[in-house]
Amino acid sequence: MHSLTFDVIRRSLEEVGSTVALIFVGTVLLEALLYFVLRRIFKSKFTIPFMLLGPAIVGLIALIVYPLLWEFNLSLTNMSLRHFGDKAQYTWVVCQTLDPAKIDSYLTDCLIKNYANVFRLPVLKQAYFFPVFFKTILWTFINVFFHVLGGLGLAILLNRPMRGRGLYRAILILPWAIPQVIAVLAWRGEFHFEYGFMNIILRDLGMQPIKWMTDPTWNFVAMVLVNVWLGIPFMMVILLGGLQSISGEFYEAAEIDGASNFQQFTNITLPLLRPVMTPAIVLGTIWTFNNFNVPFFINQNELESSDILVTALFRAAFQYNRYGFAAAFAFVIFVILLIYSIFYIKITGGLKEVYE
Amino acid sequence: MNATPNFFKWFFSAKRGDSPFKRLLIHLTLIAASIVAVYPVLRVVSVSLRPGDRLLSTSLALIPADATFQNYITVLVEKDFLLWIWNSLAITISTAIIGVILSSTSAYAFSRWKFPGRTAGLIFLLATQMIPGAMLMVPLFILAVKLHLVGTYRGLVIAYSVGAIPFSVWILKGYYDTIPRDLEEAALIDGATRLSAFYRIILPLSTPALAIVFLFNFMQAWNDFLLARVLLANATEIWTWPLGLQQLQGQFQTAWGQFAAASIMVMVPVVALFLYSSKYLISGLTLGGVKG
Repeated sequence: MHSLTFDVIRRSLEEVGSTVALIFVGTVLLEALLYFVLRRIFKSKFTIPFMLLGPAIVGLIALIVYPLLWEFNLSLTNMSLRHFGDKAQYTWVVCQTLDPAKIDSYLTDCLIKNYANVFRLPVLKQAYFFPVFFKTILWTFINVFFHVLGGLGLAILLNRPMRGRGLYRAILILPWAIPQVIAVLAWRGEFHFEYGFMNIILRDLGMQPIKWMTDPTWNFVAMVLVNVWLGIPFMMVILLGGLQSISGEFYEAAEIDGASNFQQFTNITLPLLRPVMTPAIVLGTIWTFNNFNVPFFINQNELESSDILVTALFRAAFQYNRYGFAAAFAFVIFVILLIYSIFYIKITGGLKEVYE
Repeated sequence: MNATPNFFKWFFSAKRGDSPFKRLLIHLTLIAASIVAVYPVLRVVSVSLRPGDRLLSTSLALIPADATFQNYITVLVEKDFLLWIWNSLAITISTAIIGVILSSTSAYAFSRWKFPGRTAGLIFLLATQMIPGAMLMVPLFILAVKLHLVGTYRGLVIAYSVGAIPFSVWILKGYYDTIPRDLEEAALIDGATRLSAFYRIILPLSTPALAIVFLFNFMQAWNDFLLARVLLANATEIWTWPLGLQQLQGQFQTAWGQFAAASIMVMVPVVALFLYSSKYLISGLTLGGVKG
C-alpha cells in the first residue's frame, strides 16, 4: 500500500519534468546540428522540412527501427533468462563447441536455429506453431465477419429516419467508449461459473451452466463473444458514416424502376459502401489479428488452447523467458502480416492516391 | 401515466416512410441491441453497489436491495486507487503534449514539401501500424533493462509519445492538405518566415485536428496495459490504473466489488469525453484514412 502523499507527487513531477527537459534539450541540440549541417554545409533547400521532421525521425529510429534491428540480431542468439546479457551468444557460435557429428544441418541447427524451432518445437509448452496459426486465422475471420455483419445491420437500421436515433447511437457506441481493459476484465468476471451473469441467465432459463473458464471450446467462444461485443460499434459508426454519404437519389431512381429492397441493397448500397468498408475491414483484420487484451485476459486459466499468435508470443518472451526464440517468433508473425498487407495493396491498389 | 401512450405514439412515429409494423420491428431490434451493449456495463454498476458480504450473489437485480457506496470508499481510502490515477494522469498528459508537438511539425513537412524520401517515409509510418504490440515488447524490455528504465516513468513517457507519432502524422497531414497554400503564400509575401506562417496560420486553423490527435494520444496511453505491465513490472508505487485494476480483479473472491467501483470511477469521465468527442474522432479517422 502506497498512499498518494506530497512526497510521491513531488517525486513523480520531478521525474516527468526531467524527462520533458531531457527531450527539450535533445531537440534543441538536434535542431542546431541539423541547421548547421544542412544549411551551412550542404546548402540544402530542404533544411526546414528536415528540421521539422528531425525529432520525430530520431524518436522513431530509437524506438522502432533500432529495436527491430536489435530484435533481428536477438533472434539469431540463444538469449534466455539463463543466458542473459553477456552470457548470451549467437547460435552459430554456440554450435562451434558442439560435436560436429551431432549437427544435422548447419543452417537449421546453428545459423537460424530459432526460426527453425518456431516450426518444429512447441511455441508454448505443448502447442505447436501451425495449430496456433490456424486458430488465429479462425479467430480473426469469425470476429471480422460478425463485426461487419452486426455493424452493417445496425448502421442500416440507424440510417432510417426515426425518433430516438441519437440515443440509440450513444448507447450502441458504449462498448467502444469503455476503456478496453475494464470491459475485458468485467467480462471475465461475468464468465465466472457460479456468479457470472452468463451462467445465472442460463440457469434461469433451465439450461446447464457452462464452464467458460476451464473448457477449451467454451473459453474460445467466450473470447469471441467479448471481442464481437467490443468490435461492432467501430464498424457500425464507420459504415453509418458511409451510408449517410450515399445520395438518396439513387434509391428514388431505383424505386421508380421497381427495384426490390434486396436489389437496392446489393446494387446500390454495397458497391457505394466499398470505399469506406474495405479500409475498415483491413484495419479491423489487423487489429483483431494483433488483439492482445481479449485473448490474454478472458483466458484466466492460461489454457494453451485459447492462445493466439500474439499472446503466445508474449508468453514465450515474458513467462518462459525464451527471448531469442520469441524474437524469431515475432518476425514470423510480422512477415505473415506483411504478406497480407502487400497482398491487399496489390489487389486494391489502395495506396496510390494516399501518398500522392 | 396518461402521457405514456402519447409518448409511445410520438416515439414510434416516423417523419416519413416505413409502415408502423416495420417501424416497431426496427425499434425492437435496436432496443435488443442496446440492451446487449449496455447490460454488462450496468452489471458493473450493480456489483459496485453491493455491500461486502453480498458480493457473491446470484441475483440479477440491477440495484441491489441494500445498495451502499462502501466499495467506492474502500477503493478511495484503503487502496492505491488515487495513486494509480495520478500516475496515469502524469504519464498520459505529458505523453499527449509531447506527441502532439512532435507530430504536428512532422506532418507539416510531409504536407508542404516534396523532400527526398517522403513517399518512403509515409509508407514506413503506415507499416509501423502492422507491427504487433507484443513484438516490440521484447527488444524494448531488454533495452530498458540495460538503460535502467524499468520501473520509471521516463521509459513509458518516451515510448508512448513516439509510439503515437505515425497515426497522428497521418491524421494531421490529411488535415493540413485541406488548408489552401494561398494563405501561407500571402503571409510569405508579406514578409513572414516559413516557421511563423506555420505557427501563426496553420496551427490556429488546425485546432480541431490537433484536439483529435491530443485525444487519440491521450486515450492510447491512458488505456494501455501491455507496455505498462512490461516496463513498470513490480514497481507498484508507480503503477498506472490498468495494472492496479487487473490486480483488484484478480482477487475475485474478495475485491470484485472494489474492482467494479474503481472501474466506474475510471470509466465515467472517459466515456463522457468519448461520447462528447465521438463525432470529431470519426471525422478525424475518415479524413486521415480516406482523403490522405
